[in-house]
Amino acid sequence: MAIETLRTAWTGLMSHRLRTALTVLGIMIGIASVIVLIAVGKGSSDAVQESIDALGSSTLTVSASPSATTTTGATTSVTLEEADVEALEDAERAPAIKSVAPVLNASSTEIVDGSSEAEPGEFVGTTPAYREAHNYTVQSGQWFTDAQVSERARVVVIGPEVAEELFPGESGVGKTIQVNGTNFQVVGMTKAKGSSGTSSQDDNVFAPITAVEDTLAGYGELSSISVEAVSPDAVEEAEAQANSILESRHELSEGINVINQSSILEASNSSESVFTTLLTWVAAISLVVGGIGVMNIMLVSVTERTREIGIRKAIGARRSDILAQFLTEALLVSAIGGALGIAVGVIGSQFEIAGVQPAVAGYSVVLAAAASLGSGLFFGTYPAMRAARLRPIEALRFE
Amino acid sequence: MTRRDQPVIRIENVVRTYVMGQTRVRALRGVSLLIERGEYVAIMGPSGSGKSTLMNTLGCLDAPSSGRFLLDGVDVRSLDEDDLSDLRNRKIGFVFQGFNLVPKISALTNVELPLIYAGLSRGARRHRATRALQAVGMGERLDHGSNELSGGQQQRVAIARAIVTNPALILADEPTGNLDSRSTADVLKIFEDLNGSGRTVVMITHEDDVAEHADRLVRLGDGRIVSDVSLELGQATEEVGARRPVGSA
Repeated sequence: MAIETLRTAWTGLMSHRLRTALTVLGIMIGIASVIVLIAVGKGSSDAVQESIDALGSSTLTVSASPSATTTTGATTSVTLEEADVEALEDAERAPAIKSVAPVLNASSTEIVDGSSEAEPGEFVGTTPAYREAHNYTVQSGQWFTDAQVSERARVVVIGPEVAEELFPGESGVGKTIQVNGTNFQVVGMTKAKGSSGTSSQDDNVFAPITAVEDTLAGYGELSSISVEAVSPDAVEEAEAQANSILESRHELSEGINVINQSSILEASNSSESVFTTLLTWVAAISLVVGGIGVMNIMLVSVTERTREIGIRKAIGARRSDILAQFLTEALLVSAIGGALGIAVGVIGSQFEIAGVQPAVAGYSVVLAAAASLGSGLFFGTYPAMRAARLRPIEALRFE
Repeated sequence: MTRRDQPVIRIENVVRTYVMGQTRVRALRGVSLLIERGEYVAIMGPSGSGKSTLMNTLGCLDAPSSGRFLLDGVDVRSLDEDDLSDLRNRKIGFVFQGFNLVPKISALTNVELPLIYAGLSRGARRHRATRALQAVGMGERLDHGSNELSGGQQQRVAIARAIVTNPALILADEPTGNLDSRSTADVLKIFEDLNGSGRTVVMITHEDDVAEHADRLVRLGDGRIVSDVSLELGQATEEVGARRPVGSA
């Protein structure tokens, strides 16, 4: 009987091919948009997550605000210095901190190699601890060593974009370049890691902090301090410890900024997720519209086939037979629409959309399949019940 | 279920009124009729006399407003809608005036329909539907859609559908109304054969020469039976308003 019901429903649908096809199309668009839009949302949040990982999810940047308040309420200015780095390295007072790297940025540097020039995004004077804290890996050559830092060696590690500008096609390791007129030797090139969300991380140049002090920036004042927590879970703890150590050292009530870079991205990620939710609603609405299409067509079909329903009842169809027949038609339409929609959605998600590479979420396929059948069931029930309730004598008189 | 001693149809003082717009139509105004197993009855009467209402009542498509209707000894009013569907399926073969085939499906599938609702297997259905179509001379056109068939052919498919469940009672509402004389003769021959094999046949017609093929002629007028005569004996007659059919005395 189940097969028979299916066959009858199929015959019913096939006798109005165009109408059936259009209804299927409605469901298909709804389902495909659910899948594609969820995939776009997931793709963009995956991309943000990747950036967070690239930034170093357990890294904090400590900086001093230009106007700080002392514990006595006076306004003062603070500068971070080498002693602050040493204070943060105190394992007893800061157990959540794994490593600390001073950062001294040289401003507006110009690098020249023969006839080619480059202006790096940042020229960072630091120590080897910086590399690990910021998840940089070296593609060729090597990072400068602690020994080179104490020797005040004039060496640099360059980002791949800088290398491309200065030495197209090669890494430049071993070459000597002029930074604002001072010779530095290139010892390494970092591996590309893309954007941090705001700026490229591949057009930076890194040098021993001592060499930057000597040649480009001067002594005493640090731009910032990079702090790496022992684990991503300990970031907040490390933040609190860094704050309290530095505030007590400088006798401040406020004025030390500890920024967790990944938290900025997470904030942008949460705005992405609002966007994704909106997209999902749009998709859900289009699915409802498709479902209303199913209901509309089924109501037309029931009215148009009133006489047929009368005939079937007159020769022995029970109410449940008629109900099953029309409900099966609605389910069949929405199942076919759902299957095609999933196929179109998955295929459509292979292409880049608005700069985002969509990632099909497994749950969205299951959700879409359930939603298509659910809408068929929901929107098919009323027309089917109407058909089942028709009285045979009246249905037969219907012209 | 079937009781040999029971008349196939026993209706007692059946009244059917319905409302059409503002007016109450009294289609049947107290009809009593007894039809025994194996009878071949023609029902005649001018339009508006209540023929079709009577036929729909006999076919369990319409329920009387008052009065009793026993089909094979079962009081039809005690049955719910699904039971009535089963009853129509098993006991009654209905041949409609306008053929009433389901469009866009083949003759064979149309004839199979009652068997689908009876729950027969596909193989058994095919077999019986094919035999029923052969019995009405449509064995060559099993796969034709109903729109590809002439009126006479459609009526024969409709008759095949009515007899495929092997019902005891065949009801036909103007089965020859839309047919030419040749097809009419064919259809009447089929009914004669069915009656010959023991089935009860009740047929509405407005043509005297069609009615002549029956054994008994009931005339309706204005919602009442005006005459009820046996044609078998070649003579009339019982008087107008007779409540007791011929042969029951």
